[in-house]
Amino acid sequence: MSVQASAALRGAAAATTADGRPAIELRGITKRFPGVVANDDITLDVFAGEIHVLLGENGAGKSTLIGILAGLQQPDAGTIAVHGRPVTIGSPRESLDLGIGTVFQQVQLVPSLTVLENLMLGGSSWRPLRRRPALTRFLELSDLLGVAIDADVPVGRLALGEQQQVEIMHALWRGERVLILDEPTSMLTPQGVHYLGEVMKRLRDKGVAIIFVTHKLREAHALGDRISVLRLGRVVGSIAQVELATMTEQQVTDKVVGLMFGNDGPSGRVGRLALEDRTARPDPNRIDRSAAPLLRLWGVATAAQPGECAVRDISFDLWPGEILGIAGVDGNGQKHLAEVLAGQRPAIAGSIVLRGVDIARGGVAERRRRGIAYVTDERHGEGTIATFSVATNLVAKEIGTPPLWRHGVSRWDRIHRHAREQIERHDIRTPSEHTAIGKLSGGNIQKVLLARELTGQAALVVFNKPTYGLDLQNTQLTRERIVEGAVRGVAMIVISNELDELAAVSDRIGVMFQGRLNGIVANEENVDRRIGLLMTGAAA
Amino acid sequence: MSAAPHAKMMAALRSSARLLLPVLLALAVGGLVLLALGKNPIAYYGDVLAHGLFNWGGLQATITRMAPLLLIAAGLVVSFQAGIWNLGTDGQFVLAAVATAALTPVLIGIVPWSIAIMLSLVVAFAVGAAWSLIPAFLKASYGINEIVTSLMMSFLGTSLASVLVKIPFRDPTTDVPQTRVLPVADRLPRLFGTTIHAGIVIAVAAVVLVHLLMTRTAFGLKLRIVGANPRAAAHAGLNVARLTFATFALSAGLAGLAGAVEILGVQGTMRADWNPAYGLLVVPLVFLARFEAVGVIGFTLFFAVLMIGGESASRRVGVPQHFVPLLVGMLLLFLALVEFLEQRRRRLTKA
Amino acid sequence: MSALLTEAFLSTLIFGAVTAGVPLLLAGLGEQISEKAGILNIGIEGMMLAGAYGGFAAAYASGSFSLGFIAGAAAGMAVASLMAIFCVRLSLNQIVVGIALTLSAEGMTALLHFFEFSRTYPRLPKAPILAIPQLARIPIIGPGLFRHSAVVYLAVLLVAVIAWLFRNSYIGLNLEAAGNRPAALDAAGIDVVATRTGAVLTTGALAGLGGAYMAEVGAGLFVPYMTNGAGFIAIVLAMLGRGRPLWVLLGALIFGASLSLTTALQVAGIDIPTDVVQMLPFAMVILVLVIFGRDSMLPPALGLPYIRGER
Repeated sequence: MSVQASAALRGAAAATTADGRPAIELRGITKRFPGVVANDDITLDVFAGEIHVLLGENGAGKSTLIGILAGLQQPDAGTIAVHGRPVTIGSPRESLDLGIGTVFQQVQLVPSLTVLENLMLGGSSWRPLRRRPALTRFLELSDLLGVAIDADVPVGRLALGEQQQVEIMHALWRGERVLILDEPTSMLTPQGVHYLGEVMKRLRDKGVAIIFVTHKLREAHALGDRISVLRLGRVVGSIAQVELATMTEQQVTDKVVGLMFGNDGPSGRVGRLALEDRTARPDPNRIDRSAAPLLRLWGVATAAQPGECAVRDISFDLWPGEILGIAGVDGNGQKHLAEVLAGQRPAIAGSIVLRGVDIARGGVAERRRRGIAYVTDERHGEGTIATFSVATNLVAKEIGTPPLWRHGVSRWDRIHRHAREQIERHDIRTPSEHTAIGKLSGGNIQKVLLARELTGQAALVVFNKPTYGLDLQNTQLTRERIVEGAVRGVAMIVISNELDELAAVSDRIGVMFQGRLNGIVANEENVDRRIGLLMTGAAA
Repeated sequence: MSAAPHAKMMAALRSSARLLLPVLLALAVGGLVLLALGKNPIAYYGDVLAHGLFNWGGLQATITRMAPLLLIAAGLVVSFQAGIWNLGTDGQFVLAAVATAALTPVLIGIVPWSIAIMLSLVVAFAVGAAWSLIPAFLKASYGINEIVTSLMMSFLGTSLASVLVKIPFRDPTTDVPQTRVLPVADRLPRLFGTTIHAGIVIAVAAVVLVHLLMTRTAFGLKLRIVGANPRAAAHAGLNVARLTFATFALSAGLAGLAGAVEILGVQGTMRADWNPAYGLLVVPLVFLARFEAVGVIGFTLFFAVLMIGGESASRRVGVPQHFVPLLVGMLLLFLALVEFLEQRRRRLTKA
Repeated sequence: MSALLTEAFLSTLIFGAVTAGVPLLLAGLGEQISEKAGILNIGIEGMMLAGAYGGFAAAYASGSFSLGFIAGAAAGMAVASLMAIFCVRLSLNQIVVGIALTLSAEGMTALLHFFEFSRTYPRLPKAPILAIPQLARIPIIGPGLFRHSAVVYLAVLLVAVIAWLFRNSYIGLNLEAAGNRPAALDAAGIDVVATRTGAVLTTGALAGLGGAYMAEVGAGLFVPYMTNGAGFIAIVLAMLGRGRPLWVLLGALIFGASLSLTTALQVAGIDIPTDVVQMLPFAMVILVLVIFGRDSMLPPALGLPYIRGER
């Protein structure tokens, strides 16, 4: 069916539902946090039977807006009307009562309860659980969404994609009429994304109003009936259904980029980044693969642990100055891979040979001495100690080593001087080196991590989701540091679930699937398709 | 620019308020309780101060009492800063006390006095540390909550100590179940003609050493990082298991030292079922001092005055010693409240 | 050795095990409920003491044991309400508040006792027993198991009720969610604070009832600090019980037996010091932990306060 014809059909369907009034009307919504205005005078309409995409980079205010609709936050100003009635959404309960179901980025299910029990969560009487009606509803929704999950399995044992399906069911449980999905595709394979799209279209055709939050242009175009673009807390523009139906992907991209980056159009530096420009890569021919590899992994495996994906039989070579990207959907062993390389997790099998020496036995301190650094994805939980100063965090991985320590005694004057130098050199925005690092913004914390790991001694740096949660500027900065280091001769392993990012910098890309390295391909012409296949478990 | 000194003064006022407010609140509410029970709080507090602090005999007793308290507190500073709840100090204390009470009289006959004392102190430290091995192991290897395990070891320890006094280490020459009495001449010497024994010197030295250890050494920094964020500690390459053992050993060893100091300085012997149970009472003091070793001295002095002065006040004013745990418990509660309000105020003013 | 198998010894032992075990059972069940909901309740010793004093004082003043039990539960709940305000509502550190409440309750009850009863040290008459006619006549176990105060049967019944609630009711789901992933509970529209508050108050009531039983039935009087660590033993039982009330019952009986073993042994003519006997259950628990050492399956959100929007 042609684009225009299907659009016309959709338009017809929307017109016959309700009276044409929006399902949700937001007027002037404003929300401030200390130091930042997360939502600035947002005005938006969400219609039934329509997929409304909220598009914006990290930090644009999308999550805050969703939080307000879900009842987790209260706006400082502005009004919300649901089906024409002005309302205040004071709690998640009120949001649910209004017919709004939200599926968050982080799965909000209780791992120790079964699928059915999670879906039944929401009552508070002393009466026995009424499983029969719940099971009926479960089967109904399973049909509607086209999923096949066992209702009596503890949620903790499901794959992330299946958990998300349960989440969607949960959001629709009471016949919700508005479904909000907050960045749902980060844990899905390309196949899974397509599938989710089908499900959403099915729901839309039944008259559900869908809000789909993302920062990926491609998804916005593929799935959206209407696109609203957010930037720095404001709605900078909308593309309505009628328009969208007549535009090609390129035209949509151009218009969106124009809205997102203002003067900096598609040809601007920032715009190029948004377009996932792949021409900024270092020359792949600079790597001399005839020399001995810097790192050789052979048959490496880690111990299985409940709720985590261990790695099995990992083997690859890495040359100095090479950038190896590791792609894959979250939860396929990436964390274990990063940790076993860094020495944080013991390898129960296999060898890790660095410059000809098997280092599989040593721990983190030993690896660091030999030149392996690790930039973790969990900046707050693992990478830094929030209550300690920037200065302390900068030296956290070398406590006790001279010259900053002498015979185990801390030389605080030297430690602080060292910190001041680093702050200067890496443009870290902080009141002083004594400030608790938890007070810094995400971007500046990342600068601290980069300063700490990308030292002169590093021969290999492992990055786990290095640009996660960063705004455009800091994303660009991080990528530049990676490329810079590689050109200087430092080997880089970049683990990420964003294919575009990997394609933009890597020399080769490997794919993690269920704990195995399912193949490594050179970063060439049709790398997307080849990787997509590998991600689903198929052979390269 | 008169704004700057004004702001500084406000900040200084605020931090002393944070320190003193919980104390004042607890004293006030405690006073109300006394009133409700028909006693005059002013008379009570006055008597406590008069006999605990402003009386030469009482002051000496207060300072003497501070010795074991400071040692336990020093151990808890290490423990809490490292994020570990060593609630088993009572067991560590009495077991080390038994060991000291049994060992020292024997050693005195064999080696010179100073060697005997030093050996006893070392043994006491070792006994206390050894008694914390199991909770340390269970925590380091299996992640089992140390509150429960250290409490259980404490129950075990106090029972075991009693058994040891009643059977193997019992002094056959007396009717009362206790160990051989250490003659006064062989106990810790008195200082400068007072009744205060040298244990207080050991205790203050321990506090100062702990302070230096935690703030100025790599080891102390590592402990503090483990206490603040164990995952970040592992990420930074710290051997969390080894540090857990070290923390327990140091903390429990100091508690053991406290037991030894009590025996060698005051008691001279260990009676069966003797357990002053200082452990839980010292916890609030360490919190009030914000885990800082030097602040601990001030609050321990306050507590010792309360205990000694309270003993006398219980006879004169008729308020029993049971008032002390009530006051200390309320101190901790008000401290938690004041800290909470302070944090809330800080979060709101940032906006 | 044959002296141990006499009727007198065994029935004394069983009777003693139940009498000493019931307070542990009640407090242990209460602690299990709190822990399931994510609260590590260290103040339970204080709640038991409050119940012991409240129960004793009310029973003495009114002459009614039942009133005493109710008053004991109420006193325990009063202490628990402080825990609810400070830890659940204000999100203060649960361990710090627990220690503070225990110390305060220890001091307060001892003080009250001093001013009210220390001159006369009154005793309560023997508590009314509800003997189950046929069963009480079974040799050996009859008098040991079926000649007890009504509270004992209530406690055993509670084991079944709570076990059922945990598995089969919405309340059970809510408690599990509150302790395991409170954000999920909030997203489902249930008030996490209310759920946890309910759990803590129930714990207080059960612990208070246990304390009241100790004073009214077990001892017949109140002595300062008389719980002597029973609350902490209850915490141990709750943790070992891994979320199953039945295991708390077993543990309570074993600990109760050890506490009453000395008396029973004396009946049999064997004289082992109380201390040695009291060490046995703790030593057993430690041994089990060291040998089998898996983490005692505590709920992941245990000890962590829930603050909406903080993710």
